[in-house]
Amino acid sequence: MTRRAVVSVVGKDQVGIISKVTTVLANENVNIFDISQTILQDFFTMMMIVDVTNLENLDALQQKLTDLGEPLGLTINVQLEEIFQAMHRV
Amino acid sequence: MNIALNEMMETIRMVEIENLDIRTVTMGISLRDCADSDFEKMNKRVYEKITTYAKDLKETAEKASKEFGIPIINKRISITPIAEILGNATKEQAIELAKTLDKAAKTLGVDFIGGYSALVHKGISKGDQTLLDALPEALSVTERVCSSISVGTTRAGINMDAVRQMGIIMKDAAERTKDQNGLACAKLVVFCNPVEDNPFMAGAFHGSGEGEVVLSVGVSGPGVVLNALKRYPDADLGEVADIIKKTAFKITRAGELVGREVAKRLEVPFGIMDLSLAPTNALNDSVAEILEEIGLERVGTHGTIAALALMNDAVKKGGAMASSYVGGLSGAFIPVSEDNGMIRGIEDNALTLSKLEAMTCVCSVGLDMIALTGNVSAATLSAIIADEAAIGMINKKTTAVRVIPVPGKEEGEMVEFGGLLGRAPVMGVNPFSSEKMIRRGGRIPAPLQSLIN
Repeated sequence: MTRRAVVSVVGKDQVGIISKVTTVLANENVNIFDISQTILQDFFTMMMIVDVTNLENLDALQQKLTDLGEPLGLTINVQLEEIFQAMHRV
Repeated sequence: MNIALNEMMETIRMVEIENLDIRTVTMGISLRDCADSDFEKMNKRVYEKITTYAKDLKETAEKASKEFGIPIINKRISITPIAEILGNATKEQAIELAKTLDKAAKTLGVDFIGGYSALVHKGISKGDQTLLDALPEALSVTERVCSSISVGTTRAGINMDAVRQMGIIMKDAAERTKDQNGLACAKLVVFCNPVEDNPFMAGAFHGSGEGEVVLSVGVSGPGVVLNALKRYPDADLGEVADIIKKTAFKITRAGELVGREVAKRLEVPFGIMDLSLAPTNALNDSVAEILEEIGLERVGTHGTIAALALMNDAVKKGGAMASSYVGGLSGAFIPVSEDNGMIRGIEDNALTLSKLEAMTCVCSVGLDMIALTGNVSAATLSAIIADEAAIGMINKKTTAVRVIPVPGKEEGEMVEFGGLLGRAPVMGVNPFSSEKMIRRGGRIPAPLQSLIN
């Protein structure tokens, strides 16, 4: 069964966010299923659904994304998708 | 169906800004097979059983917490009421056992272990009395052991002999920890109609109807409910109930998912979801502020009970739809020291002890984390317990008393308990005596279940 996770990126809009985040994912061999993105009152918001079936340790990925996000003023989280399904779908 | 951007944002906002969390993942462990006429053997078995069954609890919960991005604040253990396995043990041995439980909790890295308990609502057995005798010292020489004593039920009435003893025990326990503002009493709950599967402390124990081992979850989210209500300042009260219901639904679903996953990974059956709104001292994480947002200038004023009743019921309705197994105390907690809004209500003289008592008629538990003047008598404490137990007995609900008579402190002073237990303004009690009633002892008969007006 595929294990899917949601990568969320929230912060001030700037050049190159998508490129930087997807590079980290690519380096970790994480495939992206879906991307949606918007700008809300100057705030960049992006959500990616990614495949983490073969990624045993989400922690390591989270750490890399945190390291990337912090200096850019971006909050990046990786969470298993089930939590969103549970909360927003009956 | 894919998740929409705004739904994702809602979940993230709940966690990052509104303090959505899973308050506790509590493993219930039966200790009945540890009983032995040789105390040393029993003591060893208790330690080994707890530290074996729960050895991966903390790590597994933390891993799941990170993967789902929902914080799990506390990892806890509840156990068979210790009085049931004490048998012929002496008071000193019972204290020794409390130290063993404390040690097990420290080894496992869990913050509280609940179940240093006795159920004496009808009568007091030998083991029960040993535990009661050991209680003041046991709670003052341990850090993480929590105790609960059941003194009444709707079916049995109220055991006033036990109630009398509890007043004396609370005074003694407070006195023994006077340099910590009577902290021992913060780990002691006196119940009427206790539930067997409550995951929240200090009242958790692993009841006799429970299995060998079980994992239960307590979620919380006053901040989430508060923020949801703030977005609808003009909604009528029916709509307010609906907003609370929907929010409770989402919170509960998140908790149940994470709880079940932790249970699965630990290979332990999932017990229940307790969907209580439990406040903390964090900004806006307050039950009192929800009541104020509904429309009270200050918690404790007229209308408080109606607002609390509405909120408590809406939380239950939302939660009951979200989870297959709702249990525990499910509702709203109103601990004073852990709720900045309640503290402010008392400081502004809007909230009184009598009003808090009245609020317990419609909320999930009872008088919780209230600091009382140091000179309160044991008989008055017993009488407070008796009143609260009577409310529970007649209304067929759980009620509890966790009050701290703070040695040397007077009404109006502020005392700090530290950490999750927070701080509380010291409240005064009625100066008139209840001594004669408490001295009578005996048992208040179980109430009629018909003619219910």
